[in-house]
Amino acid sequence: MTAALRFDPIRLPEKCEQLRKEVRAFLAEEIAAGTFDPNKPNREDTDAPEFSRRVGAKGWLGMTWPKKYGGQERSFLERYVVTEEMRVANAPTRRFFVADRQSGPVLLKYAPEHIKMEILPRICRGEICFAIGMSEPNSGSDLFAAKTRATRTDGGYLINGTKIWTSSAHIADYMIAIFRTSPPTKENRRHGLTQFLVKMKQPGIKVNPIGQITGQYEFNEVVFTDHFIPDDHVLGEVDGAWKQATSELAYERSGPERFLETYYVLTELVRAVGPNPDTRSAEGIGRLVAQLHTMRRMSVSVAGMLQAGKEPVVEASIVKDIGTVWEQQLPHRVRDLAAFVEETATNRETLERQLDFAIKTAPKLTIQGGTTEVLRGIIARGLGLR
Amino acid sequence: MAESDNIVVETAEKIFADLADPQTINNDKNNSWQAPLWQALSEAGLPLSWVPDDLGGSGASLADGFALLNAAGRFAVAVPLAETMLAGWLLAQAKIASPEGEMTVLPASPKDRITLDADGALSGRTRGVPFAKAAKHFAVLAQGKDGAVIALVDASKGRIESGLNVGYDHSDTVTLDKVQPITIKSSPKGFEQTNLMLMGGVARSLQIAGALESMLDISVRYSNERVAFEKKISKFQAVQHNLARLAGESAAALAAATSAADAIANAKSFDDAVYLEAASAKIRCAEAAEKGGSIAHQVHGAIGFTMEHILHRYSLRALAWRDDFGSESHWAVELGKLVATRGADELWPLVASR
Repeated sequence: MTAALRFDPIRLPEKCEQLRKEVRAFLAEEIAAGTFDPNKPNREDTDAPEFSRRVGAKGWLGMTWPKKYGGQERSFLERYVVTEEMRVANAPTRRFFVADRQSGPVLLKYAPEHIKMEILPRICRGEICFAIGMSEPNSGSDLFAAKTRATRTDGGYLINGTKIWTSSAHIADYMIAIFRTSPPTKENRRHGLTQFLVKMKQPGIKVNPIGQITGQYEFNEVVFTDHFIPDDHVLGEVDGAWKQATSELAYERSGPERFLETYYVLTELVRAVGPNPDTRSAEGIGRLVAQLHTMRRMSVSVAGMLQAGKEPVVEASIVKDIGTVWEQQLPHRVRDLAAFVEETATNRETLERQLDFAIKTAPKLTIQGGTTEVLRGIIARGLGLR
Repeated sequence: MAESDNIVVETAEKIFADLADPQTINNDKNNSWQAPLWQALSEAGLPLSWVPDDLGGSGASLADGFALLNAAGRFAVAVPLAETMLAGWLLAQAKIASPEGEMTVLPASPKDRITLDADGALSGRTRGVPFAKAAKHFAVLAQGKDGAVIALVDASKGRIESGLNVGYDHSDTVTLDKVQPITIKSSPKGFEQTNLMLMGGVARSLQIAGALESMLDISVRYSNERVAFEKKISKFQAVQHNLARLAGESAAALAAATSAADAIANAKSFDDAVYLEAASAKIRCAEAAEKGGSIAHQVHGAIGFTMEHILHRYSLRALAWRDDFGSESHWAVELGKLVATRGADELWPLVASR
């Protein structure tokens, strides 16, 4: 048999349900206090620094990390619950989401102790925002074509070049980026890139906003001109970033954010059709719910594998492939069904406004964080085809 | 539990490998493999897995039986194993002992009804009954004046119009006309036809997931052997991406089916959460049978379209299994109604409860 893919029926433990209640209660309070409107995913300013601090104060950031760095030493399954409840509520997570999911774990693994002690507790308190510096104007999915140089200088490196499509760079305090420290070798074209911790808002860094088709300005061009990075901000092996990049992808790719990005239109459709849907609406909703449930069960299963210390890279890629294609199609399927919603439905305007935004959001979902094509390449390799 | 899982499934897989090798049985035009396979399965107690010892069965857990059905799907087993298991399970709900031999369940569609009249006789016409022609007994769920009843019926008392499903397995129309059952009892409180349909749907979901696993396996293998344009077709990106999608469909089917099986195995009652799990499994597995099966055929090209090749044993059966115990369209409508009745703000709590 081909290497069997496993998606065991992992159930969230009882303590997760208590946590879920706490998260829901917290979010309800925030909504009541006017921090955000769950019916408005299309807000222009998605940055909410005070909200971020309150989430941190709850102990819900870096919750799987060691206590000495401000973490809670809780499980990935508990983190999963917090993440999915925030996403479903359309909570403004932009300021802390990347740091909590991705940047913190990279620092935990590769940063020197004094940097960990300095930065990780601040992530846990919700004080600081991270960006990821991967793509460049001529290097997107082909990560190892990155050209932005890190040149050796006294006590560190000088950075010159441009990163692009960098989400949150305009509000970020730090970026974890890969820069070229050596040319690639004949034997290994992936050689020569090094991962760095970059302190933003410093001389030699210019952040230029880029308008997105949604009307928002969430990603940026980041231009480095002789920006200095000290030696202790090197993360991991010099020239060896390629060894570090892949194992973390399972965390990044299988979470609830990979199928819940446009979920709100489904809720709103159910509200619009009311308690007695016609056959067409009922069938459409039933299929979408079945697909949603299946993806969530797959995603929880991968979270369970991560908790068990496995590296389910192929399974995580499958979750992101199926999940992002689904959340991309969702607004269009909801639009199909909404065509028959009664004119008198009280939330008709809300639904239409949400659809407008979700339809504009949809194209990015199968591009960001690893395109569909890259994911299918990884899956194909897992099947033994490459 | 995990250990006994292995014993039931290992026993079954050994029997399937010895007596139901797909290529061997595909070459056998007389179906002479069926009797020895059934005999071996029966001797191992597998068809009555879900029947307690004191009712004539082997008393395996629900979880073990579900794992067995998934394995049967991987071999696209074409004997009434799933049907006899379901029949035994249904009879056991009313503490009716299971006889030996092949059985199937009536009705096999949520649209059909069997009714119990005042004289204690059963009547009704049910379509798409799997393996009715091979069955010696029917396990029947009927509607009586005072609620649902469960009955054991001699198959020769029913009128059978023989038919074949898309996968060339028997799918027959059975008419009961004032048939006196061998045994009849009230069904337990809360046990309705819907429970039987959901259970049957999960059985079929596991079989579809198993068939998709095998379709993925033989498609990957074939793509690594077949050469076109001077290279293995597995080296073409278009083929790789199709197979990656097939892997995704196979994974989705497996996840949905095993999750639903786990839900039923641990359920105290068939509540909304179990309904979500079981209906979703049937819907998603049926969709995967279509999408995944078409990719498996595309990868194989013309050879996969021949009777000589084994691919159709999996692809056509997976498509046929979509129809049994309620199609995906049926369950989508029912699930959609359930979601609508609960209301928009109760959708996420339902999904998150699983």
